[in-house]
Amino acid sequence: MPDLGKYADAVLSAYAVSIVLLVAIVGLSLWRGARVRADMRAVEERTRRDG
Amino acid sequence: MSLWEYANPVKFLRLSERVLPWLWGLSAVCLVVGLVWGFFFTPDDFRQGSTVKIIYLHVPSALMAINAWFMMLVASLIWIVRRHHVSALAARAAAPVGVVMTLIALFTGAIWGQPMWGTWWAWDPRLTSFLILFLFYLGYIALWEAIEDPDTAADLTSILCLVGTVFAVLSRYAVNFWNQGLHQGASLSLDKEENVADVFYQPLLLCIAGFVLLFFALVLYRTGTEIRVRRTRALIAREGKLA
Repeated sequence: MPDLGKYADAVLSAYAVSIVLLVAIVGLSLWRGARVRADMRAVEERTRRDG
Repeated sequence: MSLWEYANPVKFLRLSERVLPWLWGLSAVCLVVGLVWGFFFTPDDFRQGSTVKIIYLHVPSALMAINAWFMMLVASLIWIVRRHHVSALAARAAAPVGVVMTLIALFTGAIWGQPMWGTWWAWDPRLTSFLILFLFYLGYIALWEAIEDPDTAADLTSILCLVGTVFAVLSRYAVNFWNQGLHQGASLSLDKEENVADVFYQPLLLCIAGFVLLFFALVLYRTGTEIRVRRTRALIAREGKLA
């Protein structure tokens, strides 16, 4: 860990907030994408079965 | 082969499936290497101390916040002129990514500003236009959610995007237009005097590449999701008609 001196709180909080936001947008996008894909497969399957 | 072929949702999805693993991988490598390099292996600045390390987050996120809006502008214009649904969905998919980039830029800017300027916030031309751009992003997303008919929603959000572009341009050039306020000029410049020192420049370039690649990965992936949502709705509507 580098010595951040008197600005340690500022630097660490900037990194923490940014990483949380980046992980959140990637995570939410992947989660929604997987859910939508599963929904679409289920509807396609039903349509194929019911003709 | 023409670019317009990818206005076909099936071709777009096929292309994005091929490209996405590379984009995710490259963006992760650039971000991890760039941020670790910048955080652990660059010296403090003689004036800013260790707060200079915030540059590796603030500059790339601010750059992407503005350019995400320009990407949405291009996609909106394609929708208005050529009525390609994929372009309207790409603009929609990019907006939440733009919000996150704007939030990171605003947060990191405030956190850096407090020890350097002595204030979290100032009604400086660049900061104010950036805040308005953030509000435009929120309005853009809200408008998409509020209108049921997707074509009408695409039309109205495209107009909103055209109007918001004024603030995207102001966010980028406010410092040059007014030549006042707290915010300094561009950190990256072809002018060696204005550009950041080489020791900060190389990891910064890597972080910028990481943010750009991550943005494209997210937009491609989210556009694919929007295409699938639309297909699912169309199938359900057809089922309803047949029943």
